Amino acid sequence: MAADIETLDKQSATKAGAAGMPRLHQVIFAALLALALAAPFMLYPVFVMKVLCFVLFACAFNLLLGFGGLLSFGHAAYFGSASYVAAHAAKVWGLTPELAILCGTAAAAALGFVFGGLAIRRAGIYFAMVTLAFAQMVYFFALQAPFTGGEDGIQAVPRGDLLGIISLRSDLTLYFFVLAIVFTGLLLIYRIVHSPFGQVLKAIRDNEPRAVSLGYRVNRYKLAIFVLSATLAGLAGSTKALVFQLASLTDVHWTMSGEVVLMTLLGGMGTVFGPIVGAAAIVTMQNYLAGFGAWVTVIQGTIFVIGVLLFREGIVGVLSRWLKKSL
Amino acid sequence: MFELLGIPPQALFGQLLLGLINGSFYALLSLGLAVIFGLLNIINFTHGAQYMMGAFVAWMLLHYLGIGYWWALVIVPVAVGLTGIVLERLMISRLYHLDHLYGLLLTFGLALIIQGLFRNQYGISGEAYSIPSQLVGAQNLGFMFLPNYRLWVIAVSAAVCLGTWFVIEKTRLGAYLRAATENPVLVGAFGINVPRLVTLTYGFGVGLAALAGVLAAPIYSVNPNMGADLIIVVFAVVVIGGMGSILGAIVTGFGLGLIEGLTRVFYPEGSAVVIFVIMAIVLLVKPAGLFGRTA
Repeated sequence: MAADIETLDKQSATKAGAAGMPRLHQVIFAALLALALAAPFMLYPVFVMKVLCFVLFACAFNLLLGFGGLLSFGHAAYFGSASYVAAHAAKVWGLTPELAILCGTAAAAALGFVFGGLAIRRAGIYFAMVTLAFAQMVYFFALQAPFTGGEDGIQAVPRGDLLGIISLRSDLTLYFFVLAIVFTGLLLIYRIVHSPFGQVLKAIRDNEPRAVSLGYRVNRYKLAIFVLSATLAGLAGSTKALVFQLASLTDVHWTMSGEVVLMTLLGGMGTVFGPIVGAAAIVTMQNYLAGFGAWVTVIQGTIFVIGVLLFREGIVGVLSRWLKKSL
Repeated sequence: MFELLGIPPQALFGQLLLGLINGSFYALLSLGLAVIFGLLNIINFTHGAQYMMGAFVAWMLLHYLGIGYWWALVIVPVAVGLTGIVLERLMISRLYHLDHLYGLLLTFGLALIIQGLFRNQYGISGEAYSIPSQLVGAQNLGFMFLPNYRLWVIAVSAAVCLGTWFVIEKTRLGAYLRAATENPVLVGAFGINVPRLVTLTYGFGVGLAALAGVLAAPIYSVNPNMGADLIIVVFAVVVIGGMGSILGAIVTGFGLGLIEGLTRVFYPEGSAVVIFVIMAIVLLVKPAGLFGRTA
């Protein structure tokens, strides 16, 4: 897996012009933006906003797994705690939406710094278990802490007025605010991946001892990417809290951590556009299968199993191989 | 009646006993994980689901076939262990040449499927499984009552753990296993069928989880989610102990159960997270785990 991505990275690096982004990627981003601008007029805006939030969440997760090579099984902790803090800030402190989102994101960043700093002391599957265990700790905290509302969560979170001026009560206005956040987030992730910092990360992912011997302080890079990933996951979680006007235990539960892994795996780990496709596919599936109860879990498990056994490159990974272009 | 730090002894010993019971399950489950990890190099995320299957199969045997607890104690680990062997042959064995993380993802998916299927069939309310008649009642120890069944759980768990340790560390079969853990290719060159050893080891680990499930059935309600949350705590136990040593997994399991029980006495709010906090401290002080080897 790593070797394939490496060669593709080289191709994209050589084809990237002075603008920093290859033409193909520019075209795809433009097409996605056009699609997203048209979507609320054809689909239910809240559904599309849900897709957007999970797209950002999955891309943030992929930043860590696909480019940092670190499998966190506890990303719900950052998504969910940011969701709680943003909801609390908007409802109890009465902050404006952009400040509430900033508060949530900052909380996720702080949590990511603490947990990430501890988790990177182990590698591989231990890393996955440590992150999962910390996320479970956050879950228990959210279950018991007074301000999270226990089983009820924080409900009826006001959407408020953007900068205190523009009301976000209309779904469509909120939609464009959410789209702006998510698209900025995606471009930021793209920038991180293709920066010198991102290149060092890939080197660490592919051959850590080599990177150490070249003089890189590997743990600092790992911590940095962990915090970045947690922060962006927090941005997604805070935004989600405003969209649904709700922060609940679902956001911090381990099933949420599993879902984001599934989205990334299905779309294609280590690809730029894979998590976008994966998140859209999984959220759509959940939407249409919502009436089937526990069958959703069974289907998600089946996708996991098939994905791991037969389809490890993911949808975009396969496309990328067919087109012989890095996507 | 004497009091210890303002805590009545009934409460203290009651919680310690509860801690020891939880510790029995931590030890059995983390032992299974450690055995599987040693040879297969994968973390068996399905372990919690297999523990749940153990409890459910015991309940089904009683409910549909009228087969009681004592037979279940034998039949269930074998039956669930066989399903494990099928899974290993059909799916898990295809991933050995890949990054270990894929094994984690595959077994996570399998856990979702198994839990989802049971939830569809039996809902989430849970089924009751009564304590076998021979173990009903309690011993009066003077300062507290000790229910017979709980004593039995601790005894069985300790016996199985020590038995497993003995087989792996002191017998010829165990020597093959340990050798295959170190260098499977070389062991294969000596004419030992390593793939079959791997399959049987997985089956054995799964059987241990199922046995824990049967033991748990009369204590906790038998429901499809019973393994999911437990397995995450067991992961933390495994990180604390390190998976390098069998005895380490056993000691850590019982020890953390006791610590959790003590926390429930002195600071009840912290009991759900104390194991995770200990994990954080161990990561700071000795990242390889208490009994782990630095890899």
